[in-house]
Amino acid sequence: MSTYAQKKGFGATVWDFLTTVDHKKIAILYLLAGGLFFLVGGLEAVFIRIQLAVPNNDFVSAGAFNEIITMHGTTMIFLAAMPILFGFMNAVMPLQIGARDVAFPFLNALGFWLFFFGGVFLNLSWFMGGAPDAGWTSYASLAIHSKGHGIDFYVLGLQISGLGTLIGGINFLVTIINMRAPGMTYMRMPLFTWTTFVASALILFAFPPLTVGLVLMMFDRMFGSNFFVVANGGNTVIWEHLFWIFGHPEVYILVLPAFGIFSEIFSTFSRKRLFGYSSMVFATVLIGFLGFMVWAHHMFTTGLGPVANAIFAVATMAIGVPTGIKIFNWLFTMWGGSVKFTAPMHWAFAFIPSFIMGGVTGVMLAAAAADYQYHDTYFVVAHFHYVIVGGVVFSIFAGVQYWWPKIFGTMLNETLGKLTFWLFFIGFHMTFFIQHFLGLWGMPRRVFTYLPGQGFDTANMISSIGALFMSLGVIVLLINVVVTSVKNVKVGDDPWGDGRTLEWAIPSPPPFYNFKQLPLVRGLDAFWIEKMEGKKGMTPAEPLGDIHMPNASFLPFVIAFGLFIAAFGALYNGEHSWAIPVIVIGLLVTFGSMLVRSVKDDHGFHIHKEELMDDNDKGVKA
Amino acid sequence: MKRLAKWRLISFLAILTLVLSGCGEPYLSALKPAGEVADTQYDLMKLSTFIMVGVILVVVIIFVTVFFRFRRKDDTIPKQVEGSHKLEIIWTVIPILLLLILAVPTVAATFKLANVDQMDKKNSKALVINVRSHLYWWDFEYPNQKIVTSQELVVPTDEKVYFNLKSLDVKHSFWIPAVGGKMDTNTDNENKFWLEFDSKRANDAGGLFYGKCAELCGPSHALMDFKVKALSRDDFDSWVKSMKDVKKPQKAQTDLAAEGQEIFNNSCIGCHAVTPSNQMPDTARMAPNLTNFGDRSRVAGVLDHNKEDLKNWIRDPEKYKPGNMMTNKYPKMSEDQLDALAEYLMGLKVQQ
Repeated sequence: MSTYAQKKGFGATVWDFLTTVDHKKIAILYLLAGGLFFLVGGLEAVFIRIQLAVPNNDFVSAGAFNEIITMHGTTMIFLAAMPILFGFMNAVMPLQIGARDVAFPFLNALGFWLFFFGGVFLNLSWFMGGAPDAGWTSYASLAIHSKGHGIDFYVLGLQISGLGTLIGGINFLVTIINMRAPGMTYMRMPLFTWTTFVASALILFAFPPLTVGLVLMMFDRMFGSNFFVVANGGNTVIWEHLFWIFGHPEVYILVLPAFGIFSEIFSTFSRKRLFGYSSMVFATVLIGFLGFMVWAHHMFTTGLGPVANAIFAVATMAIGVPTGIKIFNWLFTMWGGSVKFTAPMHWAFAFIPSFIMGGVTGVMLAAAAADYQYHDTYFVVAHFHYVIVGGVVFSIFAGVQYWWPKIFGTMLNETLGKLTFWLFFIGFHMTFFIQHFLGLWGMPRRVFTYLPGQGFDTANMISSIGALFMSLGVIVLLINVVVTSVKNVKVGDDPWGDGRTLEWAIPSPPPFYNFKQLPLVRGLDAFWIEKMEGKKGMTPAEPLGDIHMPNASFLPFVIAFGLFIAAFGALYNGEHSWAIPVIVIGLLVTFGSMLVRSVKDDHGFHIHKEELMDDNDKGVKA
Repeated sequence: MKRLAKWRLISFLAILTLVLSGCGEPYLSALKPAGEVADTQYDLMKLSTFIMVGVILVVVIIFVTVFFRFRRKDDTIPKQVEGSHKLEIIWTVIPILLLLILAVPTVAATFKLANVDQMDKKNSKALVINVRSHLYWWDFEYPNQKIVTSQELVVPTDEKVYFNLKSLDVKHSFWIPAVGGKMDTNTDNENKFWLEFDSKRANDAGGLFYGKCAELCGPSHALMDFKVKALSRDDFDSWVKSMKDVKKPQKAQTDLAAEGQEIFNNSCIGCHAVTPSNQMPDTARMAPNLTNFGDRSRVAGVLDHNKEDLKNWIRDPEKYKPGNMMTNKYPKMSEDQLDALAEYLMGLKVQQ
């Protein structure tokens, strides 16, 4: 309701964001929190590269190094990459399908706050006796052996934030199935919406195994059970399976939305519809499906036997086929097009060779017998950074530059954007290309130092210098954001001029109800079709009428906060007498607010037809 | 443009030198294979690299063409193409064929490397070694020869050597990069695999391969190195014999060493054995066996093999291998005691 107010004080703005259920504001929250964690994870990466720049370095201690690598991996995957992509999904997907919000706005806010408090809890470990130190994979034998509370923070923090992710994923699935505008059939959905859909389905099936694993480990560490304690009949290989049944699909949860972002950008700046749209959709679904069939390739050296290794090797190679289809479709989208190299297009264009590098090493790793050499070396480190940085992080930079005007109403500076690109691109290849060789020369991953005289010195120094360039690129982006926000030059509906999908048919930023009248979709690239016929905007599919909107609510914040409190109790269970009461209080807060939500009627409110008509004269609402 | 061309030349040369010198050290690198297993894996690496370079070339050609030919020159709207069935079939079928070319040798190699039938055969002559990994050290038991050694694996060349791998605390992974890929030492079960050490290439590598732990196992994961001494079958047999000849702890040779032996017997022998025919079960072998400590090439797997470093290690193990299990298990030693201990330990040799 309050979004109608024009100028607000700082406090009011904060309260607005704490209670919002608007997908566009939740998107901004995701981008902010994810961006913050991205900086933290990046700082950890810089520490890693400083420590490894020269042999026998003592910049950080061995124990601290293990904490840093663990938190770098965990933060980047769970707290940076995924939330930022969730930010884009929230900001763009409802607009792309012509919806006024997601299906469950209240749950959307709850998902964000759960992720946020889970992430904060995890990072508090730095100040409360030490961070987790068993790697982001947290293999059970080492995790059980680990002293202190680090692993407990990992186990509890990821349960809370994972719950948020699961809720978000389900919400997106329901939204896409139920809330598409008239005429928006499945096969007319923009590719970013499609990849959001498939990634959400992956979340739905991948996060439960992780949660099961985390719960078992929580019981082992905090409540004295023996699921992973071999001496008492437990089994640690089960943890590896549970983790990777989640862990491998997780890679596709990250990279499929990245593919979606690039698909939008290629098509937009080539002024050409996506080449082979239906095979792109098919390839996306196939990758998502095959993603669940290959987890044991992370365990080739665990000793599953040649039959399992051979099957998983061949299944893994098969994923190369749909991915290849996508690469060629992107290339042929540009082929014959009119390609404009804007800053987002820089990222998209450079993504192709970068991601291919990660893809081909992926196929090399799939060859099980050869993987015995690559496994757990810097070759693997190079491989997954090529996939996740060259794919996901590039897409995040591209998406920020591409959708910034739609989210904030102003354009990021193009020159600074390109500068960020060049610094980051050069730094990225400098850091990670050489690491393929380090691995083959015999350097295991996750080593806090290395001895001189093994041929690792020069290559590690090169790699560390590359990290400096990447950091500079990120700093330039931050400057760009500040400069752009200070200048605050507002832009129109379709600032790139080449927009094809529905989000470009409405003001930047969109009014809080998105579409005054739901648009009529007449084909793929709905807005482009109208533009080509010389129309200014979309044809409405409904007469102007009252719009039903949800009320803002503080409850999502409180529900998540209750679990945050309870987590501290679980953490100190058995050590302090106040642990159990704290668990109880936390859970009471959570379930109490859920009860309030259940019994209190909240029908939302209506925007009346008359107010909407007034809007016509006043133009864009901020 | 000229400056750009020059830069390209320089970077090309730089990459070339990198590639030519880029095979790593012969005692450590997977790119300098020194045995049948590593050869098989190296062949697979080459095959997959060739196939992938081919794919990359095709993509790069299209990529570069797009970059130069289809830049935006005017405001015309390009033709909106839906796709092409012919092209799509091509770039689906060809990758499938390429992957089949890679998949067949992969599956064959996977089964070949997992073949340990010889281990289970009755009266098999095959050499079997039980590897037991501990927090930051390696224990090697030769069950048929009935000897135990630690930290430095001794193997015969030009024959298959079979390994039983298990960890006794947290998960580690056993890896000798130049000789073959790794296998995890699980806490739950015994893994089996084999390696073969090529005599000629072992000589090129100085007869001593570097081994690594490849699975994160705690603070000193990076320092959990071991060494592999590859000997001809005859030399190996004589090594086994001289090890077996040590029936009881070797007598110290000098007075100082005798003093050291006494200190050792008072403070160290509770964990460290100095006889190779260790009858205890693997779980009771608490610390590295030191029977042939004087013959080894490193102290604690990572320090130089001299008395000074040995004394440093005993003085403060935590400084050199954080999180190790030796720290605080023995009384503080005076400098004289350290001298005596070092003298004694360095004298523990089975080979002249």
